[in-house]
Amino acid sequence: MRDTVMESAQDCAAPILTARDLGFAASGQVLLQGVDLEIARGRRTLVMGANGAGKSLLLRLLHGLLPPSSGAVLWQGARPGRTAQAMVFQRPVMLRRSVLANLRFALRVQGLGWRARAARAQEALEMAHLTDKARQPARLLSGGEQQRLAVARALVCDPEILFLDEPTSSLDPASTQMIEDLVNAAHVRGVTVVMVTHDRGQARRMGDEVIFLHAGRVAETGPRDQVLDAPRSDAAKAWMAGRLYTRTDF
Amino acid sequence: MFSFGDMMAEALGLILAWDRELSAIVVLSLRVTLSAVALACLIGLPLGALIGAFRFPGRGAASVALNALMGLPPVVVGLFVYLMLSASGPLGVLQLLYTPTAMIIAQTILVTPIIAALTKQVVEDLHGEYAEQFASFGVSARARVVALLWDARYSLLTVALAGFGRAVAEVGAVLIVGGNINHVTRVMTTTIALETSKGNLQLALALGVILLGLAVVVNAGVMALRASAVRAAYA
Repeated sequence: MRDTVMESAQDCAAPILTARDLGFAASGQVLLQGVDLEIARGRRTLVMGANGAGKSLLLRLLHGLLPPSSGAVLWQGARPGRTAQAMVFQRPVMLRRSVLANLRFALRVQGLGWRARAARAQEALEMAHLTDKARQPARLLSGGEQQRLAVARALVCDPEILFLDEPTSSLDPASTQMIEDLVNAAHVRGVTVVMVTHDRGQARRMGDEVIFLHAGRVAETGPRDQVLDAPRSDAAKAWMAGRLYTRTDF
Repeated sequence: MFSFGDMMAEALGLILAWDRELSAIVVLSLRVTLSAVALACLIGLPLGALIGAFRFPGRGAASVALNALMGLPPVVVGLFVYLMLSASGPLGVLQLLYTPTAMIIAQTILVTPIIAALTKQVVEDLHGEYAEQFASFGVSARARVVALLWDARYSLLTVALAGFGRAVAEVGAVLIVGGNINHVTRVMTTTIALETSKGNLQLALALGVILLGLAVVVNAGVMALRASAVRAAYA
C-alpha cells in the first residue's frame, strides 16, 4: 500500500521523510498535487492552511493511510516499520475497552510480551495523568482526556515520527496545554512531530518549521518565524493577516 | 370437554410436578439448541467478521448469499440433512440419523447464516469506526477480526440470542432428522406437535409455557447484560 523507498543509511542531518511530487485525486477531483517537501528529523513541523487546503489528506498520505495518486513518500534513515510512526486523529478513536486496555492493545500489536506491556502502559498512564482512570471505560472519558489517551497510546509504541491531525481543535486551553506538554515531551526525547493546526498561537508555541498549504499545493514552507511573520505567498499573507479568502482567490 | 383455564391449571401442575420425562425433554432441547448455537457461533462469528471487515472479490455475493440463507426453510434443511445422513447418503456410514447429533447438525445449518449475517452488520459498523486507527497501528488481519469481535461482544450477544430463538423454536428440521423418538430425540417443540395431535393438550401447553419461559429468561439475561455494557460505553 505505502509507496515508499527506504534507505538503509541513517543520517541525522537528513530529512526523515521526503515527499516528491505527491498528488492525490478522488472521484476525478484533484485534491493534492505537486507536493514537494522534507520533514526534518527531530523537528516539529506544523502544517497550516484553510479548510480544504489538503492538510489532513497530506498527513494521511505521509503516514501511509492512503496511497498517493502520483509521486512518492520517501523514507530515509531507519527502516520505517509500524513501530516507527504513529498518528493521532482529530477525533480520537477509542476502543470499547478500558483506558489501560486501549494502551495495551497498541503494545500488543507491536508484539510486546505481557510484562513489557504492563510496564509500558503504566508509564504511559502516568505520562498522560490518567493513572486514576486506568480501569474506566475509555469512551466515558472527557474529550480532553480521550485526546490525552490517544496521544499517550500513539507514543507508548515509541515512534520515531508522530503525526497529529488538529489534536486540540475542540479542546479548552487547559486540555490543549496538556496535549502540547505531551507532544513537547516526546519532541525532547527525539520524536519528530508533524502536526496540522489552524491555531496561529499554537504554531508559535509548537512549531519549528511550517508548511503552508493552499488549494492542494504547498504555498510556502520555511522556519516558523519566517512563515508566520514574513509570509511570501499571497495565501499565507492573507491567512496571517486574518483576512477571509477562498480557494479561488489566489 | 376442558376449558382453557382447566387445561392451564393442569399444565402448571405438570410443570410444578416436574417429572423425569418432562425433565428429559427440556434438557435434551437445551442440549441440542445450545450445542447448535455454540457451533453456529464458532462458524458464523468469524465468517461474518471477515465479510464485514474486509473488501475482497465476491464480497457482495457472499453478503447476498448470507442474507438469503437467513430465510432457509427448516424442512428443506431437514430433508437435506436427512439425505446426507440416511443409510444411502454420503454420510450414512456415520449412523447419525435419528440421533441428537443429527438434530444439532440441522439446527447449526439453520442458525449459522443468521449469526454470520447479523455479525457482518455489527462488525461492518464497528470497523467503519476503527478502520483508520487499525491501519495506523498496523493491525494484522487476524488481530483485526479478533479485536472487532471482542469489542462488539455485547452486540454479538444479541446476535447469538437471535440464533438461540430460531433454534429453540425450530420443529421441522429436528422432526425429520431426529424422528421424535421417545427418550432419544424428543424435544419440546416436537413433543408439543405430537401431543397436540394426540389431544394431550395439557402436556403440550406445559411445554409451551416452559419454552416461552426459557425464551423470556434468556432474553432478559442478555438484555440486562447489554444494558450494563451500554452504560459503561462498551456496547
